Amino acid sequence: MVHFTAEEKAAITGLWAKVNVEEAGGEALGRLLVVYPWTQRFFDSFGNLSSASAIMGNPKVKAHGKKVLTSFGEAIKNLDNLKGAFAKLSELHCDKLHVDPENFRLLGNVIVIILATHFGREFTPDVQAAWQKLVSGVATALAHKYH
Amino acid sequence: MLTAEEKTSVTALFGKVKVDEVGGEALGRLLVVYPWTQRFFEHFGDLSTADAVMGNPQVKAHGKKVLESFSDGLKHLDDLKGAFAKLSELHCDKLHVDPENFRLLGNVLVVVLARRFGGEFTPELQASFQKVVTGVANALAHRYH
Repeated sequence: MVHFTAEEKAAITGLWAKVNVEEAGGEALGRLLVVYPWTQRFFDSFGNLSSASAIMGNPKVKAHGKKVLTSFGEAIKNLDNLKGAFAKLSELHCDKLHVDPENFRLLGNVIVIILATHFGREFTPDVQAAWQKLVSGVATALAHKYH
Repeated sequence: MLTAEEKTSVTALFGKVKVDEVGGEALGRLLVVYPWTQRFFEHFGDLSTADAVMGNPQVKAHGKKVLESFSDGLKHLDDLKGAFAKLSELHCDKLHVDPENFRLLGNVLVVVLARRFGGEFTPELQASFQKVVTGVANALAHRYH
């Protein structure tokens, strides 16, 4: 189980407080679909995903991105029990959505990149390390109930 | 692998990169974010904290060397495997570096570019650079046996 020090928790929650979840969520999901185009296969119902600008402007991408990142925000309140926090979502992603867990790692990496673009200098190596640990922990938690 | 437009945009952005600074930052962040990678650099002295790592002159010098090599690779986007053949053999036969670490460093480099360029690091540029770092990582792993 992943364990966060007090400093790591502070680095995570401190940055998170400044994140605009709606914008960042849409951007994260959008960039996932642009940078790793095979992930579009899960979103065939979203309409126009034919170009980077179509994806980034797509209202369904934005709405779903917001939903995903809001859920991520819940994880941040449960850093000591990520597996428990994501148990139901893990089952959903395995049993209903059939998403390869590798995609959770890809999305996690995209979230780290977005934080880097938004926060610049503030995204220090220590902050990056804490967030990389978090996104890995979330990806592992989401894969935990797979069978 | 990359379209003509992608090659142009990658080269243009990379043209603005201060190779010695970005190299040092990328290697430093690799050592901080993925601490097990420090095992390859035990002779570098003080790596005990993030500040020590980021300020370590050997880290900076080696980071610069690594990124200069990456820059050379960018001139050979159509033949990365050829461009990195000798380095691949070196990393396998002499340095014994697990190729997974090339992927980690590539991802850290993308984060450093994102941090430095902010909004200019568009989704398209991110996609192009992700392809490049993946291609370089694969090229470096290619001669492994």
